[in-house]
Amino acid sequence: MDYTPSEMMIVSSARALAGKRVVFVGVGLPNIACNLARRTVAPDLELVYESGVFGACPARLPLSIGDPTLISGATSVCSMADLFMNYLQGGRIEVAFLGAAQIDRFGNVNTTVIGDYRRPKVRLPGSGGACEIAIHAGELFFIVRLKKRAFVERPDFITSAGHLTGRPGERAALGMPGSGPQLVVTDMATFRFDRESGEMTLASVHPGATVEQVQAEVSWPLKVAPDLETTEPPAADELRIIRDELDPHGIYA
Amino acid sequence: MTLMTMRDAIAAHVHDGDTVAIEGFTAFICFSAAHEIIRQGRRDLTLCRMTPDLIYDQMIAAGCACKLVFSYLGNPGVGALHCIRRAVEKAVPGPLEIEEYSHFGMVGRYMAGAAHLPFFPLRSYLGADLAAANPNIRFVDSPYGDGQVAVVPPLNPDVAIVHAQRADAGGNTHIWGLLGVQKEAAFAARRVIVVVEEIVDEAVIRSDPNRTVIPGLVVDAVVHQPYGAHPSYVQGYYDRDNQFYLEWDRLSQDEAAARAWLDEWVYGLDGWPAYLSRLQSRDPAIWTRLAPGQALSQPVNYGAYR
Repeated sequence: MDYTPSEMMIVSSARALAGKRVVFVGVGLPNIACNLARRTVAPDLELVYESGVFGACPARLPLSIGDPTLISGATSVCSMADLFMNYLQGGRIEVAFLGAAQIDRFGNVNTTVIGDYRRPKVRLPGSGGACEIAIHAGELFFIVRLKKRAFVERPDFITSAGHLTGRPGERAALGMPGSGPQLVVTDMATFRFDRESGEMTLASVHPGATVEQVQAEVSWPLKVAPDLETTEPPAADELRIIRDELDPHGIYA
Repeated sequence: MTLMTMRDAIAAHVHDGDTVAIEGFTAFICFSAAHEIIRQGRRDLTLCRMTPDLIYDQMIAAGCACKLVFSYLGNPGVGALHCIRRAVEKAVPGPLEIEEYSHFGMVGRYMAGAAHLPFFPLRSYLGADLAAANPNIRFVDSPYGDGQVAVVPPLNPDVAIVHAQRADAGGNTHIWGLLGVQKEAAFAARRVIVVVEEIVDEAVIRSDPNRTVIPGLVVDAVVHQPYGAHPSYVQGYYDRDNQFYLEWDRLSQDEAAARAWLDEWVYGLDGWPAYLSRLQSRDPAIWTRLAPGQALSQPVNYGAYR
């Protein structure tokens, strides 16, 4: 069955949520991935949105993290003070799924600015909740299209902390409760982070892509896992849910 | 507290140089108030809002603001805010100072402002560059020997504007759906304008006091303005007009087109009723298209304790 690289990326992201209970859902692609997970590998997944929603059951693909479909039928809708204080800072978020404009080998992320902060070449959206989500969520998963200008040696600004400089224990020493970046899913490959060095490591290439093609889109010499896998292609049912239910207008795919 | 027209409420409560917070996170965005502020030619405003959204994109394109205090600059689900980007990157139509936080930081600023605290402590900004870019984000030692914690200063806007489903004539306001930071912004502000879809009897408010997010105690003006949050949405009343969000993304990429839009849809009209009739003549089915259908809550029994 034919599928697009975006569909492969969404499906791999959703599968990574198998067995998870509580996911903090970021803007854009994470939204469709988490909603797919809830309809496939993680039916009990509680979708948490920074807009103040816990346990969303959206009847349509939310247009944004504040879509009214997230409210109707949710378990709880609260103020943003409640959301950030009690759910996030209170340590109730198992995993957060976020996007990134720039990401480095340690999973430090820039969504703030390209160029100098005071004289920006391109002004990006900024933190939103990402800065504190990166500190508090138990694990961080990212979904990013693989491009050299996104996978950079040195981000122009660090909006949200990953494994910092990669020194073991660095996050904990700063007082960050979450374990930091664990997974990056792209349209060509999937990366995990080395436990010792904190470095992004190629774990799986999607069918049809090669290690060389992946390396060509990453700005630093890539570490490759010894047990490198080929990603299982999307199943018919996953594609059907994306195409018929979640994204019938093909906005993400 | 008074029931006022939008024109009078803005004239009375929003002045040149004010710090203004129009809150409502992706929902309840009070475009009708913003358009009136633009029409009345306010200048040098410090605009505060977690997500500037299209509403501040329009106000900044119109030259109302000298400064923006925010935590996420985006057209939600669509992309960039082109007018604000032009202001930040190229000082068009004029220079725009920015003061940037994370969402939690902005929430904390309103909470400190509302509760008259000197600062709000939060566990954020670690390992990241925002605190270096904004000297108002600082770190203090916990007095209980628990290491350092980030702090942000209180935010007390001169005026907060909040859109909601309904209020009574005394300004007691029911909100359901995304609560965002509307309550905190209202309690933090020196003056508060509440804009509602419906004015209801006090008895309706008293029938469900848990839903009274903002009491009339802190409200200075109530404006009755149905559909006053278009193109954003009001839970249970109308959906977001996403076609407009997409249209704004296209047209606002060109400065002249954004100005022409403001001429046609803001300066060229004498108020929100004219805006609504123009919308409807262009798109007769608009309110059918945006009607949300029905999902009623189960009533609860508060009890009659006599």
